[in-house]
Amino acid sequence: MEHFLDFSVISDNFTYFMIGRFPHGPLGGVGLTMYLAVVACILSFFGGLILGLLSISRFYFVRYPALAFINLVRGMPLLMVIFWMYFLMPALFGKVAENNTVIMALTLFTSAYMSRIVVAGIEGIPKGQTEAAVSTGLAPWQVMLYIVLPQGLRNMIPSFVNQFVSLIKDTSLAFIVGVSELTHVATQINNRTMAFPTEIFMFIALVYFIICYAFTSLSRWLEGRLSWSKVT
Amino acid sequence: MLNYKFDWSIITSGQYFDWLLSGLFTTLKLSAVSIVFSFILGLLIAVMRMSHSKPVRWVALSYLEFFRNTPLLVQIFFWYFGSYKILPMFVNDWLNETGFEFAAATMALTIYTSAFIAEDIRSGILSIPKEQMEAARSAGFSYIRSMQYIILPQAVRITVPPLVNQFLNIAKNSSLAMTIGVMEMTYQARQVESYTFKGFEAFTAATVVYLVLSIVITLLVNTYNEKVLKVHKAS
Repeated sequence: MEHFLDFSVISDNFTYFMIGRFPHGPLGGVGLTMYLAVVACILSFFGGLILGLLSISRFYFVRYPALAFINLVRGMPLLMVIFWMYFLMPALFGKVAENNTVIMALTLFTSAYMSRIVVAGIEGIPKGQTEAAVSTGLAPWQVMLYIVLPQGLRNMIPSFVNQFVSLIKDTSLAFIVGVSELTHVATQINNRTMAFPTEIFMFIALVYFIICYAFTSLSRWLEGRLSWSKVT
Repeated sequence: MLNYKFDWSIITSGQYFDWLLSGLFTTLKLSAVSIVFSFILGLLIAVMRMSHSKPVRWVALSYLEFFRNTPLLVQIFFWYFGSYKILPMFVNDWLNETGFEFAAATMALTIYTSAFIAEDIRSGILSIPKEQMEAARSAGFSYIRSMQYIILPQAVRITVPPLVNQFLNIAKNSSLAMTIGVMEMTYQARQVESYTFKGFEAFTAATVVYLVLSIVITLLVNTYNEKVLKVHKAS
């Protein structure tokens, strides 16, 4: 019982957990997790913005396909989306790197959720603003671009940060298609060392927790700050 | 893609259909068991979160924050690969006898989801006016009994829609159980794909199943909101 939990496996492989074989090989571990999350987050911000705007379009032939797509993706597990991408991307574009397949899947999936945040943010802006803007002679797209979105986006920031936290957690699924992010690195080390699964999975759970909790706290702080400055 | 020959018959009949069907049943079973346990656990955490004792509140809060901010996949791996070192011997024995994959997946899904359900229940409890509790206390009920007889019955009623949505989340999240070998919907779709190379058909089948599930559940929630909660508001 003296070695009930032996964390030397963590310290021995610490660099590998953090950045994989980075300077000499591809990025992995926490580094790759953050890379996937950040790239997918930026892409799905624009994806979500576009989908959200399409889904509240005045034209039903724009609105309905967008809504159908959003609900299709939201009704599916992320794992299914990853498998679809894994299966469809090579068929459509030839050989695609695993990293990009996963980024595409995460982007599609998160865009659908982001679009709902965008719609909620836009609907949170009082109708009077739109009416005032229209009566000054702005075109509908100008109203959206110059009046509604700049205010709406500001209110959406905390929700975006929360979505980013979900993304960080979701990148763990990249493990399935063999992308060597943190979870994959952990299973690799676990397969190699055999004897320390408890220590390894406790450690990566803690790493994910620290990263995600930092951003969750940021989101809460922003929420308080932004709503406060809106009142004054 | 252009040379791809569609063959829907493989998933609508025969052995592969049976695989997919058994996958659906496993998904439903896993989700049903997990939602029941996570409701009970979530209720406990929610009540602890609102307790008067600071250490109890702190325990509940750490539980919530930890399990909400860790990926479900890592939790599944932890329970499946790593829990034997921290669980008592007799639990390990029992788990090994009853099929550890299913038990580990249930455990992970239960604990992960209970953290979300606890917050749903808490906001349900908070939506009950404070006077109800004060009235119950002054009528001589203890804190626990006022919760049990006055607050929770009303709060649970309001919490039904988010809970049903959590069931949908569990059904989708349970797809991760395939990574440890639970033969649920996604696992079977993957299985059919690798046996037949008919990925398009197999994934479509699984996608349709998940979609039907989410449409049915969304309709149920909407009906409940209209029929039950409207009555609730008016009275």
